[in-house]
Amino acid sequence: MADAAMADAVQLRHKRFFNLGRLVRPTIGVLVIAFLMWRLLTVLFIQQAYGADTWVRFAVSGIILGSVYAVIALGYTLVYGILFMINFAHGDVMMLGAFAGYFTLEAFNGAGILNRSLASSILSITVAFTVGMLVATFVAIALERIAYRPLRTAPRLVPLISAIGASLFLENMAQLVFGAARHTYTNPEVAKRNIGWTLMVSGKEVLITYTGVLTFVLSILLMIGLYILVQRTKMGKAMRAVAEDKEIAALMGIDVDRVIANTFAISGALAGAAGVMWGLHMGIVYHFVGFLPGIKAFTAAVLGGIGNVPGAMLGGLVLGVIEAMGPAALGLPFQLKDVLAFSILVLALIFRPTGLLGEVLTEKKA
Amino acid sequence: MAMLELKDVHTYYGSIHALQGISLSVEKREIVTLIGANGAGKSTTLNTISGLMQPRTGSIWLEGKRIDHVPPHEIVKMGISQGPEGRRVFSRLTVRENLEMGAYTRTDQAAIEEDMERVFTLFPLLKERQKQVGGTLSGGEQQMLSMGRALMSKPEIFLLDEPSMGLAPMLVEAIFEIIQNINRQGTTILLVEQNALMALSIAHRGYVLETGRIVLGGTAAELRENPEVKAAYLGGRS
Repeated sequence: MADAAMADAVQLRHKRFFNLGRLVRPTIGVLVIAFLMWRLLTVLFIQQAYGADTWVRFAVSGIILGSVYAVIALGYTLVYGILFMINFAHGDVMMLGAFAGYFTLEAFNGAGILNRSLASSILSITVAFTVGMLVATFVAIALERIAYRPLRTAPRLVPLISAIGASLFLENMAQLVFGAARHTYTNPEVAKRNIGWTLMVSGKEVLITYTGVLTFVLSILLMIGLYILVQRTKMGKAMRAVAEDKEIAALMGIDVDRVIANTFAISGALAGAAGVMWGLHMGIVYHFVGFLPGIKAFTAAVLGGIGNVPGAMLGGLVLGVIEAMGPAALGLPFQLKDVLAFSILVLALIFRPTGLLGEVLTEKKA
Repeated sequence: MAMLELKDVHTYYGSIHALQGISLSVEKREIVTLIGANGAGKSTTLNTISGLMQPRTGSIWLEGKRIDHVPPHEIVKMGISQGPEGRRVFSRLTVRENLEMGAYTRTDQAAIEEDMERVFTLFPLLKERQKQVGGTLSGGEQQMLSMGRALMSKPEIFLLDEPSMGLAPMLVEAIFEIIQNINRQGTTILLVEQNALMALSIAHRGYVLETGRIVLGGTAAELRENPEVKAAYLGGRS
């Protein structure tokens, strides 16, 4: 009898807790929407703080930033898709790519090639990207080999901890080797960070920098390239097969270890390119430069639906634009842009854990 | 010399002794079936041959070459292909991509196309569904895709695990007819089945597994007439 009463009480408590839980999401949803409406209306119609030119400026910088996030986010999503692991050292791979590009440009500058002619400037940038991507690829492959492969059969939390350790290791290693100072990227004269095309918006000039355009165009090309690689090539198909079922992939004759190493190599190359773009466009590299973009890109990958390639692209762009336009649109201080970005992560996890384009993972069919 | 030979193979799942000394042989162009209850070790035997699991002791020989401890993706290249239990098609790859994965080890593009046509002749339904992703197929279609995919590697030996599982009786008959067809075209088949009656009706020889051991072996006709087999696996009709 006592047992039964206890069971009833427990059930009741569960029930009440459950009901409360069901109220939480709608409540948060209503609050968030109310807050957004209030701020948007205030800013757009009452304060009218910004002219059209400012909005365009925000949007442009958001799209450029977002395209870098998207390229980094692809690396997270590729690795997650295949190993179900968040490679938290991914941002630091990007940082090393940025440094590799930095030293390449320094060397070209030292040799007097950087600004000799337009062709030599283009060559310098091309080589910087190549070196940045190669170094990052190498680092990513080494990471997989040393920090993740030995833990392949361990519980899922273990490689995650290893990833955080690898991230700290790379950051501190970089600080030790390159120093803690911030280094300024040496752009060629033709691609200085403060020159570009001007756009007239309601009578005012909006500068669209060459580095920004380069970043955006290159990002789009990389995304298209990756999409084709994953969808059309034999290697891409093998990657998708391994992502879905490693045992069966092996039975098909696919060398699973090699496919995983390739996946890391591709994600590293993307991170390296993102690092050089970051350096050219933002202008500053230091040992910690990969941390925030890395976490932001992770947010972008989750927002788009982790494991989903088009999702990472969309998530990156959306996050970049929200980050650039959000504080202004909501009348918040600009220092709160990171808060805004991570609020998106929290909201995505509460309301759409599968992401914008993610699919609900169902149990495997028997 | 037998085409495929297992000599005293012991395989473990951690500390569980799943195969307790399996010895069997398959001759070229034969259909050999392994029958037995759930958990007898039938699938484990196939997984040990295909390299997904490794025997702790004992040896496996393919045409005189020792293949235990060869990784699974190498074993495919040596001519063994497995149609796994539960079909396990790639649900997010299209039917065509699934078949392409089956031919992953091959580079002879023209011949691959020919073999794909051959698979489509065996399973005309798959041809209609080429562009559909695997996850949208019905159980029977998935079984056909799983078999077609395994055949795309052009195997000498085809290991087939429970092809009748969960299929309607009519479909089971169709699948078994196709298995016979594949065999007539020259492929050796090692068939694991719970449906012992069906398996013994198309097999040349068979083995009976119980708790990781082979308790009986012989021609299919002998096994069909064996009173113990009749009682245990053929529904007790005597």
